[in-house]
Amino acid sequence: MSIMQYLTSQEIKKLEFKANEIRQSIIEMLTEAGSGHTAGPLGMADVFTLLYFGILKHDPKNPDWEERDRLILSNGHICPVLYATLAHAGYFPVEELLTLRKFGSRLQGHPHRQSLPGLETSSGPLGSGLSQAIGMALAERISNPYSAKFMYCLTGDGELQEGQIWEAAFLAGKEKLNNLIMIVDRNGIQIDGYTKDVMPMEPLAEKFESFNFDVQEVDGHNIRALNDAIGKAQAVYGQPSVIIAHTIASKGVDVFERDFRWHGNPPGKGPEDRVTKDKQAEVALEKLRTLAGTINTHDA
Amino acid sequence: MFAQHLQPNLSPESVEKSPTRNGYGDGLLEAGKRDEHVVAICCDLTGSTRTDKFADEFPNRFVQGGVAEQNLASVGSGMAALGKVPFIASYAMFSPGRNWEQIRTTIAYNDANVKIVGAHAGVSVGPDGATHQAIEDIAIMRALPNMIVIAPADEHEARKATLAAAKHVGPVYFRLGRSATPVVTTPDSPFEIGKAVRMFSRDESLERKVGIVSTGSLLFNTLMAAEELQKNGVGASVLHIATIKPLDEEQLLAFAQEHDAIVTVEEHQVTGGLGGAVAEFLSGVYPTKISRVGVQDQFGQSGDPDELVEHYGMGIDSIVAAGRRVLE
Repeated sequence: MSIMQYLTSQEIKKLEFKANEIRQSIIEMLTEAGSGHTAGPLGMADVFTLLYFGILKHDPKNPDWEERDRLILSNGHICPVLYATLAHAGYFPVEELLTLRKFGSRLQGHPHRQSLPGLETSSGPLGSGLSQAIGMALAERISNPYSAKFMYCLTGDGELQEGQIWEAAFLAGKEKLNNLIMIVDRNGIQIDGYTKDVMPMEPLAEKFESFNFDVQEVDGHNIRALNDAIGKAQAVYGQPSVIIAHTIASKGVDVFERDFRWHGNPPGKGPEDRVTKDKQAEVALEKLRTLAGTINTHDA
Repeated sequence: MFAQHLQPNLSPESVEKSPTRNGYGDGLLEAGKRDEHVVAICCDLTGSTRTDKFADEFPNRFVQGGVAEQNLASVGSGMAALGKVPFIASYAMFSPGRNWEQIRTTIAYNDANVKIVGAHAGVSVGPDGATHQAIEDIAIMRALPNMIVIAPADEHEARKATLAAAKHVGPVYFRLGRSATPVVTTPDSPFEIGKAVRMFSRDESLERKVGIVSTGSLLFNTLMAAEELQKNGVGASVLHIATIKPLDEEQLLAFAQEHDAIVTVEEHQVTGGLGGAVAEFLSGVYPTKISRVGVQDQFGQSGDPDELVEHYGMGIDSIVAAGRRVLE
């Protein structure tokens, strides 16, 4: 898609439906797996949907296409949203999502690049994705200074506590990598609690600015705002970009939302104060189907 | 008898000395000229690791990464993902010492075509002391699937290892030394990844036979020790294993079968390095007595390189003693 593509209301609604489908797949695959992460994947479904269905140059039928943009998932534990998006985009059958985390599956608990088409790297141990995206951005600049390829690096917010992130930020700023766009999932939670309690990281935007990044903050569930932010990031010259996407953990299933205890639990094994374990999967799917029904009635 | 392809008249008095890092510097420049995909990243040690020759010739293919070794490994992985052949250079203590997990996940698990250059390996780093003397690097790298591990003997072998690494598709680790060490091989000596080379053959008239397996720059001490053993009536041969992983199992098995016992020699902890690899392999297929020369579960310290090699039991006399002991 070209720079600063305008999205019509109809297009936005289509993307919202797609994100809703992806969220339903996430619930189904996590429930079947019996383990895995719920909050991050649900929270990032809008960002992934917009990227794969509206932004990225890619070809699901030719995953190794040289001219594709690269999407590097740094916080590998949110891979259910990546797998679900890749399947819905046509990289592999949607039914295969139900093999997540099972023996012999291509859908490893954390991504393994060589196992599944569409993956650009293996990840799980936090903090390494930005460095890899920088390596790709540097390699592309050496090979083709006029390249229109973008390297998108998706990270969590708790992940920013890793020192390697800031080693990488130094280099990205120094090298003025305008083909690098980082998107931070700012959902405010991590395993042990809320990021503000575990390790406060504000002022975050100023931190990135001081490393010479172009910084934008955006509502991570507003497709139009996200699309505009990515368009602006693509147009930045002489600086890497970071988009701090403010998201709601477990977005779309209100009874799971904003609760850090959903970070690493699947439906059926999450906290029970708002819905009992035996009902969690069923309630989540019901909530999502209800939400899908409202997409056509609200303004996009 | 010394192998034909070695330098003539090898002796402690006459041998020429040069650091293995020089061979890497020359090899990298040559690899860069041969293949435009070769790139280099260094962490503020460009001169010391000898990456500077490449950086001066190809400034647009060189990245100065600053003091950041975790980033170094993963940037290398990213560049390899887009078709580059990155050489990532630092001191072995920091890469792979500090960034082992990044190497494991982003290079080895991805089977990324990255060449990891660990300079200043061994106690022969000298006066900098134990913090800068990597003597565990072979062990931690050998444990990684997909990883090739090489310890070149001298400047010429380091150059050949660099060129071979550039050609090989997949992750490679090789270690280099800081101090000037004996130049034993010649530009014509054979080198191939995964192939051991016979460097000294025993006098077959002697009844007792010890096979000495060396890696890295202790090859010279090993050769001198073999000559000394033979002068004193013990048949001794030397098999040089530059590639510790994959191990040349065929040659190693034949070598063990020809001798009464084995000595391994490395400038590394005796656990997990060459001695470990040889013992693991032979115990399964041809159990034999093995004596491991190397650092005995200790840290190094400041001192002159030769002094430290002696002190930690890797000098010529120590290898001779190990050869006698293992035959008892």
